[in-house]
Order: sequence, then structure tokens, then C-alpha cells
Amino acid sequence: MALSKANLNVGDQHSEQVVENLTRTQIIQYAGASGDYNPLHTDEIFTTKVAGYPTVFAHGMLSMGMTGKMLTNYVGDGRLTKYGVRFVSQVWPGDSLTATATIEAIREEDGVNLVDLSVSTVNQDGTEVVKGSATARIDD
Amino acid sequence: MATDRFPIEAGHIMLFARSIGDANSIYHDADAAAETEPGHIIPPPTFVQASAQFTDGYVLRPVIGEPWFGSGKEPTGVKRESSGGGGGTGFHAEQHYEYHEPVKPGDVLKAVDKPGKSWSREGRRGGTLNFSESITEYYNQDGVLVVTARSVGVQTSRVVE
Repeated sequence: MALSKANLNVGDQHSEQVVENLTRTQIIQYAGASGDYNPLHTDEIFTTKVAGYPTVFAHGMLSMGMTGKMLTNYVGDGRLTKYGVRFVSQVWPGDSLTATATIEAIREEDGVNLVDLSVSTVNQDGTEVVKGSATARIDD
Repeated sequence: MATDRFPIEAGHIMLFARSIGDANSIYHDADAAAETEPGHIIPPPTFVQASAQFTDGYVLRPVIGEPWFGSGKEPTGVKRESSGGGGGTGFHAEQHYEYHEPVKPGDVLKAVDKPGKSWSREGRRGGTLNFSESITEYYNQDGVLVVTARSVGVQTSRVVE
């Protein structure tokens, strides 16, 4: 279901928990599907003994992908025209993430109705892990 | 990540959607997808990143018969400059997409890299941060630009605290 311009206001928010207790297995699934096999994400021995981190951590692109699930659930399938993020903090196994989109602008460009969204994903401690923006086509 | 041939495959889309925890049927059920506005299976918004699977020489994929820097029973000792071992680490700092035209199973994309900017600054947690940007344009089999990706990578001079 696409969004309708008539029902939207600047400041409206949509929020979803996009993962609860992130598992190492899900990180491995993401490595396998995306093709990013960097051992920092899946290999505890390498990550702790060689790279010097406390444990493995999620691909930034996994956090972006999970955040994108919230976005497509909100704006509808095939409606995004832009989506971009900065990876602000690392995401660790066991984290639970909540992603939120906030309407920043409702506008028209070349006869197409668009909504501009700010995007923020936080972990269970309220620490922001992903910060970004998106634009989607909306109906009248 | 330039690649001459990135085939968009329904099974790959399904696996990718599972990995991001997205149960939306448009990513795995052709019949359900036919009833949606796009009218066919589509990939999730970040899917083109998986073109890495089809990129020759992609450094974060083991190459058959060559040493890999991940561990076996113990660390292998193989050094990979971009991913730790020397204190600093390469990270993905930003990712941006523009979606121009729909993508569907059966499409065969070509990814073309364009040079981007580079810059440095002092970070709070990881010492000097060296940023570099790369732009990848994805074209379909008809030569139509479907997605533009802009990636920013950062190399830290020491382990991020």
C-alpha cells in the first residue's frame, strides 16, 4: 500500500523493531547472501585475536538492509527513489534495533508527489547506529 | 564494485531478503508479487550490494586455492591490509542509493565504477580517518541506468575504541 499525500503531515513518524537479539547466524546469512565475507563479521578468533575487537559485529549494510525493511513497509514496494545512510555506531550480536522514519517534507517534482524522510535506527540502549534519509513516491 | 554481469536471480533475492529478516512476499513469491503494484518480484533496496558476488577479484571473498585471512583452528597469519591485523581497520562509512528504474529477476545488470573524492580528518575513536568515495552505476540489459550507488569507505589508523 502506497502512502497518500492527503493523509500525511510533516513530522509524522513510522517506527518498527527490525531485529530483536541479533544472532550471529543472521550475520552469517547476510555474509552469504551479500558476498561480503569479511571475517570481522563472522570469525570470532580473527576478530578478537588478530583485529583486536571484543567480538564480531554486523555489516553496516545489514543494518541498512534491516532499516530498509521498515522503509519499504512504510512507503510501499518499489516506491523508494532515494535511500542513503551513515553508519554511526557498530551493531553487535544480541542487539535489538528499532528503525524510525520521520516525514521532513511533502513536495512535488516534475508532476510526481514525493515525501522526504529522515531515517534513524537505534539499539536497545538508545544509541543511534544508522542515520540517513530517503525519498519515496506517494499518491495524491 | 564493477562487474560486467550481475544476473538478478529470484533465489538470490529470496536469500538476501531472509538475511535482512524481511518476510515481504514480494521478495520470494512470484504469484503474490504479481498482485502488487510493481507486478513482479523485486529486490530489497540494498540488494545491488550483492553484486560483490559477481565481481572478479572482490577482496572480501575467499578465492579457491589461495590463502584467506580468516582463521581456521587458529589465526592463519595471512595479512589483509584493509581488514585489520595492523591495528587499523577499513570500514564502510556511508552508503547511498538512487533508484531510477525497476529491477526484476531475469535482468542482467552491468555495474560501472566512477571515481569519487577522498579526504581525511582526525577522528575521536580511531585516530586519523581516511575517507574515500566510490560511485557505481548499474545498467540493465537494455543499457538503462537502474540504480546509482555511492559508497564511502573509511580507513582508521588504529582499532576503533
